[in-house]
Amino acid sequence: MPSVGLLHYLILSAVLFSIGLFGALSKRNAIVILMCLEIMLNAVNIAMVAFSRYIAPTLLTGQVFAIFIIVVAAAETAVGLAIIIAIYRRHDTIESDKINLLKW
Amino acid sequence: MGLDIAFWALAIIGVAAALAVVLQGNVFRAALTLVLCFVAVAGIYILLSADFLAAVQILIYVGGISILIILAVMLTRDVQHGSPSNKLMLPALLVAAVFLGVLVYSVTNTPWVLSVSQPVEPTTAALADKMLGGGGFILAVEIAATLLLAAILGAIVIVREK
Repeated sequence: MPSVGLLHYLILSAVLFSIGLFGALSKRNAIVILMCLEIMLNAVNIAMVAFSRYIAPTLLTGQVFAIFIIVVAAAETAVGLAIIIAIYRRHDTIESDKINLLKW
Repeated sequence: MGLDIAFWALAIIGVAAALAVVLQGNVFRAALTLVLCFVAVAGIYILLSADFLAAVQILIYVGGISILIILAVMLTRDVQHGSPSNKLMLPALLVAAVFLGVLVYSVTNTPWVLSVSQPVEPTTAALADKMLGGGGFILAVEIAATLLLAAILGAIVIVREK
C-alpha cells in the first residue's frame, strides 16, 4: 500500500462530495438536504487544504480559501435554517416535495 | 506509518458518518452523526498540518452549525416522519456514482506537480499575516464580515414572530 499522499485526500474529498450530492438530490426533509450541503462543503474544504499542503505548502492560499468557505457556509446555514423554520410555521411541513407554491 | 493509520481511520470514520447521515431514517440521529463527520474532517485538517483550520472547524462546525441544525430539528418536530427519499432516488444514485467516477478518473490521471518544501507550522501567525497584512486578503475579510452581519440580520428578520 503506497504511503498517503495528495491522491488519497482528493479521492476522500470526492467520495464525501458524492455522498453529499446523492443525499441532497434524493432526500425529502429540507433539514437533511441542508446537512448534505454541509458535507459537500466540507469535502471541498478537504480538497482545498490538501492542495495547499501538497502543491504550495508555503503560500497557505488554500487554507485562506477554506476559511472563507467556512464563513459563507455558516451564513448559508443560518439563513437556510431560518427559511426552513419560517416555512414550517406557515405550512406545517418541511418536505421539499410539498413546498411547491412557486412551481407550475 | 502512523500518519497512514491515522488517515485511514479518519477517512473510514468520516465516510461512514456521511453515509449514515444520508441513509439514517431518524433525522435527529442523522444530525448527531453529522457532528461525527465534522470531527473526522477536523482530524484530516490536523493530518494536513492545518492546525488553525482544525480549531476553526471544531469551533464553528462542531460548536455552532451543528447546534443550529439540532435546534432546527427540534423546532420543526418532523422527526417522527423520518427522512424518506423522494422519487429521484435511483437517478440521484446514478448521478452521484457517475460524478464520483469522473472525479476519481480526472484526479488519478492528472500529473500533479508536488512541492517538496515543508509546510508552515504553526499556521496561525502565517494565516493572520496572509489575511490582514499588506497584499493579502483584507478586502475579502471585510466583505466576509459584512456578509455575516447581513446574513444574521436576515435570519432574525425571517424567523421573527409577526
